[in-house]
Amino acid sequence: MAKIVASVNVSHVPAIGAAIDLGKTQQPYWAPVFKGFTFSKKWIADLKPDVIILVYNDHASAFSLEIIPTFALGCAAVFPPADEGWGPRPVPVAKGHPELASHIAQSVILDEFDLTIVNKMDVDHGLTVPLSLMFGQPKEWPCKIIPLPVNVVQYPPPTGNRCFNLGKAIRRAVESYHEDLRIVIFGTGGMSHQLQGPRAGLINRKFDTNFLDKLVKDPVELTKIPFLEYVREAGSEAIELVMWLIARGALDAKVREVYRFYHVPTSNTALGHIILENETKPRALGAKKPRAVAKKKARVVGRRRAA
Amino acid sequence: MTKTPRPGTEDEFNDIPGTTLFDMQRSRQGYHLNMFCMSLMKPENRAEFKANEAAYLEKFPMTQQQREAILKRDWNQMIYLGGNIYFLSKLFSTDGLSFQHVAALMTGSTQEQYAQMMLKGGRSVEGNRSKSGRGSSRSKSAEKPARRESKGKRRG
Repeated sequence: MAKIVASVNVSHVPAIGAAIDLGKTQQPYWAPVFKGFTFSKKWIADLKPDVIILVYNDHASAFSLEIIPTFALGCAAVFPPADEGWGPRPVPVAKGHPELASHIAQSVILDEFDLTIVNKMDVDHGLTVPLSLMFGQPKEWPCKIIPLPVNVVQYPPPTGNRCFNLGKAIRRAVESYHEDLRIVIFGTGGMSHQLQGPRAGLINRKFDTNFLDKLVKDPVELTKIPFLEYVREAGSEAIELVMWLIARGALDAKVREVYRFYHVPTSNTALGHIILENETKPRALGAKKPRAVAKKKARVVGRRRAA
Repeated sequence: MTKTPRPGTEDEFNDIPGTTLFDMQRSRQGYHLNMFCMSLMKPENRAEFKANEAAYLEKFPMTQQQREAILKRDWNQMIYLGGNIYFLSKLFSTDGLSFQHVAALMTGSTQEQYAQMMLKGGRSVEGNRSKSGRGSSRSKSAEKPARRESKGKRRG
């Protein structure tokens, strides 16, 4: 069976994509941001997921105001990078997994999550920036990608609780799939930021830190945060954080925090990043390396970073 | 200005200073404004708009107020009249401006002042939660910076 083994949560600030594409990653403003992903790149290269389910939001690229799906699932074979007004980002086309995506769509709809099926879609910085941060600039993304765009632009977005439960339904769907696949789910967007009005530039480190802590230990508590509290405490665009709860819902109740990174500012935004693994080790699934070896290796990496 | 289907929500939201809710009613009012912005995704439309802005805007059934806000590049007014920041980004990208530049304009500061505020950790939530003072601190410090930080931690 297929299994979701870990989640990667990360902000998807468009300026990060521009910094990568324009070769600015070593500039003093950007260097600390990219340094924060050194561990993550190695972690995902070692894990070698077969598929990423990537939860993000479209920013008036694929969806205008003509059609506004609350939850959508990309079931196509390819998802080209969107032209967001200055030409598409020079990144690989995301290759989908139509068979698994179709299975998930069918399963979650029967599970009462009526998401919109999308068979043709360009993907914007919401999807491509997290991939760039985790994989750098490869010729092709090293795994299949199933996009799951969520409406967080037009009020009301789905509640945190709804998102969390969708994550659980996705997990059930994945675990009823016939093929052995190692899957990582990405929850993207956030953390605190406001892009509009006289209050633009709002950052709330305390809110963000609490969100990260609770995401690990008590995500159910986070599902109770009402829309207004996200806006008041962390800015109008911080509502993107409900997407992190989809990824969290797809994991075990108990998870292991593998890595955390927080950086202010990234353009207008507090960049947050956290990697969570299920307690049941991923290597158990179609493993190439025995469990003990994988664990030991991870510890060595940790000590090196700490030194 | 607008009424939401669920009583109370809009009132509560209006209590947050300097923030506009892009709800169903505002989205309805801003539909053509936002779809005008969306049209700027195509290079030929950008060229046509730049050649004669007022004439290009006539193609979209907007209100006169909305047209004026666009021609004046009054970003806060565009948002108030139903514009959404992600759609407006197509317009300011056509103008060659960044998200941070336009954020600065909306806050009434120069880009340099705004960039400095962000470098110092951004706008603090203290004093910026609520107009009525319900959200704890009543201080009116609109630009009290939080602190800058960057940390990566390997766990477990």
